[in-house]
Amino acid sequence: MTKEKATSKKTEKVEAIVEKKVTKAVIMQGNEAVAKGALAAGCDFFAGYPITPSTEVAEILSNELPKIGGTFIQMEDEIASMCAIIGASLAGAKALTATSGPGFSLMQEAIGFAKITETPTVVVNVQRMGPSTGMPTSPGQGDIMQSRWGSHGDAPAIVLYPDSVKEAFQLTIRAFNLAEKYRSCVVLLMDEVLGHMREAVTLPDLSTVRVINRIKPTVPPQWYKHYDENQKYLSPIASFGEGYRFHVTGLTHDDHGFPTNKPNEAAKMMERLNKKIKHNIRDLVQIETEHMHEAKVAVFAAGIMGRASKEAVKMARAEGLKVGLLRPLTIWPFPDDAVTKMLKDVDAVVVPELNEGQLFHELERLVRERKDGSLHRLNRNDGTVITPAEILTKIKEVYNG
Amino acid sequence: MSKKKMIKEVRFSGSGGQGLILAGIILARAAVEDGLNVTQTQSYGPESRGGYSRADVVISNEDINYPEATNLDILLSLTQEACDKYIFDLKRDGVLICDTSHVKNISIINDNTYEVPFTEIAQKELGSEIPTNILSLAFVVKVTNIVNEKSLETAIRASVRPAFIDLNIKAMKLGFKLAKEYQL
Repeated sequence: MTKEKATSKKTEKVEAIVEKKVTKAVIMQGNEAVAKGALAAGCDFFAGYPITPSTEVAEILSNELPKIGGTFIQMEDEIASMCAIIGASLAGAKALTATSGPGFSLMQEAIGFAKITETPTVVVNVQRMGPSTGMPTSPGQGDIMQSRWGSHGDAPAIVLYPDSVKEAFQLTIRAFNLAEKYRSCVVLLMDEVLGHMREAVTLPDLSTVRVINRIKPTVPPQWYKHYDENQKYLSPIASFGEGYRFHVTGLTHDDHGFPTNKPNEAAKMMERLNKKIKHNIRDLVQIETEHMHEAKVAVFAAGIMGRASKEAVKMARAEGLKVGLLRPLTIWPFPDDAVTKMLKDVDAVVVPELNEGQLFHELERLVRERKDGSLHRLNRNDGTVITPAEILTKIKEVYNG
Repeated sequence: MSKKKMIKEVRFSGSGGQGLILAGIILARAAVEDGLNVTQTQSYGPESRGGYSRADVVISNEDINYPEATNLDILLSLTQEACDKYIFDLKRDGVLICDTSHVKNISIINDNTYEVPFTEIAQKELGSEIPTNILSLAFVVKVTNIVNEKSLETAIRASVRPAFIDLNIKAMKLGFKLAKEYQL
């Protein structure tokens, strides 16, 4: 009897240790968090062509995917990688590819194909300093506009931009969820600094992770339309091999997927592509604000610059300056409402970026009235990050007009 | 009562192939073991050996916003170029530790400067210059107490390949011993 008691006590102890291990902080790299997030979201297919600074995503998934019965394939280049994940997704897989600037450029045409065929796919772009091969191991934020307008033709984009290792994990899951829900190609933009950075993180329990899967058709196969929107402009999607017949083409198509030249059918297709974003903007846009309710000057920054700005805002507030921060987690669609309100509320906005001013253009677009806050750019394009002290100097410069 | 804010910015610098980024990862892992917040970043050239290399570790008991080290509390330099490049980023009372096997000229020397021929010692005592990174990391930890010595050992065991654990633990112990001698 005493023996039994001892054993049960021991098991209890073991359980306590296991539980403790789950909640304990671990040291993790940004790219590792992306791979872990993809697995948590149910990713079971990766095709890619390894490139610094995104290589670890491919490296980890090449180890992990076979263990869960998934597929890892190293393609001959990025064009083939993007095409492979579109094919995999059409066959029902949750598919991912990861790349950096040069590869992202090659993927653009196929990203457009994923958008017009409304195929759920996720592309991770760990940005490096460009153009061209640029500086493989240095950060740059040059792909902000490319992630929006990189493909030809006027289709909207969903682009998420994390600023920490933990957020990289969360937004990877979100990228999959949005891709499945909106039947589109979702881009996760990262900074080289974040991809390679290691940080102490406590990841959430996987059982609490919310995973969204694509809507499946409920109609008999002969009634199935591959593009049959509901009131929210979202449509069910069947996978190849499930008995539903559909046609997939990059040509402008009708509801069944067959090419069409009729203006009314073309207009309907383009309307759906745009409206599924516009009508669900509240679901898509995520922002983080700090001290904006009492700010005289605001800092608007994304990704790693958002993080540097957070420190700069903290330093400014320690000196008694009324400064706030607005950081978009979704950069496309652009958080127009939040930015318009910010411009109305503050005297000046500082926009630090590791490029010549790409988010800055969007802010300029939203300045509507003369009494709106003035805009001040802070740019760097040399492969290093703007430090909080430099942002603070800029804040002080504009603080008193 | 709130805890007093602690933030330490550490930079390991030298050339590619010296294992500095691994040393940074191990220090970061040890800090997590101690229950602290930590970010570890790096900067290196595209080459796998040679070229510059640096690893930054920021350790704090609060959230860390900016992940890179800008105002250094501790600088370890294993090459002359690295020492010259980063010495002016060091705080006035910051600790500078140089490998005099490669660093021959130090622009600022004060009470917090340690000059140790790590590479030569590793070659002589451990039979190889490969564990120079762990030797110097242990030295840094011992003279600055930035993380617990026990945590460092756990972190080393968790970070290096099983075949090299013994050699690296030996290097760590030698580093601690050296630090004791230099502190006298």
